[in-house]
Amino acid sequence: MNRGRGLILAAFGASMAASIGVTVVYALGGQPQIEGVLLGVALGGIAVGLVLFGHRVLPGGHFVQARDVVPPTTQRPEVAASFEEGAEPIERRRLIATAFAGSVALLGAAAVFPIRSLGTRPGRQLDHTSWRRGLRAVTNAGRPLRVDGLDPDSVVTVFPEGHEGSADSQTLLIRLPGGITPPGPRDWTVNGVVAFSKICTHAGCPVGLYQTDTQELFCPCHQSTFSVPEGARPTFGPATRPLPQLPIGLDDDGFIIALSDYTEPVGPGFWNRP
Amino acid sequence: MISRLARWIDDRIGGSAFAESALSKVFPDHWSFMLGEIALYSFVVLVVTGVFLTFFFDPSVAETTYQGGYDPLRGETMSEAYRSVVELSFDVRAGLVMRQAHHWAAFTMIGSLVLHLLRVFFTGAFRRPREINWLVGVTLLILALANGFTGYSLPDDLLSGMGLRIMYSLVLSVPVIGTWVAFLLFGGEFPDQEIIPRLFVIHIMIVPAAIAVLIAVHLALIWHQKHTDYAGRDRRESNVVGPKLWPTYASFSLALFFAVFAVVVTMGGLVQVNPVWLYGPFRPSEVGPPSQPDWFVGWLEGALRIFPPWEIRAFGYEIPNPFYPGVLVPTVIFGGLYLWPFLEARFTGDRGPHHLLDRARDHPVRTAFGVTALSFVVLLQVAASNDLLAHGFDASVATITWIFRIVVPVVPPLLGWFTYRLMTALRASGAERFAEMPLRAVMRPAGDAEALASVGAEPAAVAGPTTDGAELTVYAAADGRWRWRYRDPADDIELDSNTSYVTEQLAAADARKAYPETPLVRNR
Repeated sequence: MNRGRGLILAAFGASMAASIGVTVVYALGGQPQIEGVLLGVALGGIAVGLVLFGHRVLPGGHFVQARDVVPPTTQRPEVAASFEEGAEPIERRRLIATAFAGSVALLGAAAVFPIRSLGTRPGRQLDHTSWRRGLRAVTNAGRPLRVDGLDPDSVVTVFPEGHEGSADSQTLLIRLPGGITPPGPRDWTVNGVVAFSKICTHAGCPVGLYQTDTQELFCPCHQSTFSVPEGARPTFGPATRPLPQLPIGLDDDGFIIALSDYTEPVGPGFWNRP
Repeated sequence: MISRLARWIDDRIGGSAFAESALSKVFPDHWSFMLGEIALYSFVVLVVTGVFLTFFFDPSVAETTYQGGYDPLRGETMSEAYRSVVELSFDVRAGLVMRQAHHWAAFTMIGSLVLHLLRVFFTGAFRRPREINWLVGVTLLILALANGFTGYSLPDDLLSGMGLRIMYSLVLSVPVIGTWVAFLLFGGEFPDQEIIPRLFVIHIMIVPAAIAVLIAVHLALIWHQKHTDYAGRDRRESNVVGPKLWPTYASFSLALFFAVFAVVVTMGGLVQVNPVWLYGPFRPSEVGPPSQPDWFVGWLEGALRIFPPWEIRAFGYEIPNPFYPGVLVPTVIFGGLYLWPFLEARFTGDRGPHHLLDRARDHPVRTAFGVTALSFVVLLQVAASNDLLAHGFDASVATITWIFRIVVPVVPPLLGWFTYRLMTALRASGAERFAEMPLRAVMRPAGDAEALASVGAEPAAVAGPTTDGAELTVYAAADGRWRWRYRDPADDIELDSNTSYVTEQLAAADARKAYPETPLVRNR
């Protein structure tokens, strides 16, 4: 008993000391690791003290209590009788009951409509991006690009000029090394430079990694892999569709521009994707 | 002082009868019954630490420039949400401890909920009359997962932003209504300005309120129906054996609360979790290095990673690829969990009430099914690390992914089948413990008496309450009230009734109710 008491008091004592310690550390400017440890001791000391108290001081032993194997249902007939007694006058006035049910149902239906305010109408929003004919492809910082400004066998993330950072318009410009025929229609590429949507057709992550030895784009989320020379056809992973290709050309100053918007929706699939 | 307060309350609202029965209420004690309690106390810690965090978090995606104390990010453009989290971590005293303790408590809550669910499943605690509490419990797990995900997404960092993007794609993939639901949930096309403020409201108000209400229902039902217990010589369907609420059980439970809090806060101080300042602010066209989501969505992530490039497209409509692993798989898993008690009752024909728990072997089909489902989820969880495994084993990600594409559908049924064999053999062998079972018993057809005899095992005796030598007595206590006692000299068990009775008859009636087959000796 005495040894038990000593340990219990020591545990609560440690807790109190740690609580004072936390206050001091906090006042001196705070330090996350020390705060965590001291708070742990402050709380843990109480836990240890209570466990020891329960084991060594409190009366141990088990008790037994009877329980209903099935809940008593003796009142059930009375409940049914009370309910039916109250329901009887309602049942006799069918029309009123129906009218009540109807008003509640219609009110419920009307209350659903404000939910519509939560979002814009999808319409065909997912089919289009901000790319338009003649818009320059610029970096996130707004810098337009020429073909000779792209390193061979490299990728640059571009956006339509004026829409820098736009999520659905993010596009990869890839300058393929010599000897590789650019995929897609001939007039969609410029001097070995091709443009593909950067949004994975699987779950929408940016397809951020380019493997120069195989000219493959790789999605770090679920490892879908797209072969650029084959028109960004998926070669591995869960993606089922190629990355859409953006038709590009040059403007009079030699900067890369879009020839149109993407001709199909970018990104993951959905029910009524054309 | 306390008695005066109690009297004051009792004079006004009554309740002393309830308080008396509450204080002497018996709670079975077993370590596995603490798992749900750990989840409950983790929720309390989450509320306490979470309230602190709300005072500093700014749920806005308005752009700002970081000027705080963390050098690598100074001068960067970011959302107010991300800025406030970085500031909370570096510039608010005790902010980091609170934030990380909050995160660790979320892990503790979800982890202990999962273990609690497994305990309830494998012991058959969901059977009548506890089906309602099973439904409440499964819903609590879903809500906890939902709040884990929304909370993880709030800081608007690069990693969680990518998680949100994937979640958007999953919603989008739902047939017919997906586009509309995604636009209504997120406010429009991803990423919309609305989503962070909405997640905030969901995370700090809607889901926690639902969790609090359902916890209250869960506890009220446990209280009302009394806890289940493992079988034992002194345990019956008609009784509960254990310490009384006051003071023993209360002091241990309170100790558990402080212990959970202590562990979580210590982790919060010492072990870094979700260091959003390393990930950088969310920008839709940027990705970090290959990285893992929080572990509790790992199984979903794994399913997305290993699902083959299949989808259905017909008549101008499509059900895209992410729908199957990302929506269908969790729907089937949670749908199966919801339906399990009713399916089991239908297929076994066992619709009777149960208060004593099964051992895994008592119900080989259930155990096998549970092992199948559990190993399926665990394997998906491991599959979420396919890139790390590829790195670790110096293999290509494609190889590892293909291994999982084969292992995930094949291994769980095999494990289930093996479990079934093991459980039936264990049941038939009569071995008290797993280690005592002759190994060869597993290899023989289950329940085959000849085969069992050949390995020297005996079929299990029909289990039933043993009454040999046990007796009930009713006696007058010192205060003049009546109590009863169960005595089993063979096992050295002596149990007193948890409460006292006004008359001898009432005490005797309750004794007979608790131990219907044990002889009652009226007076000692």
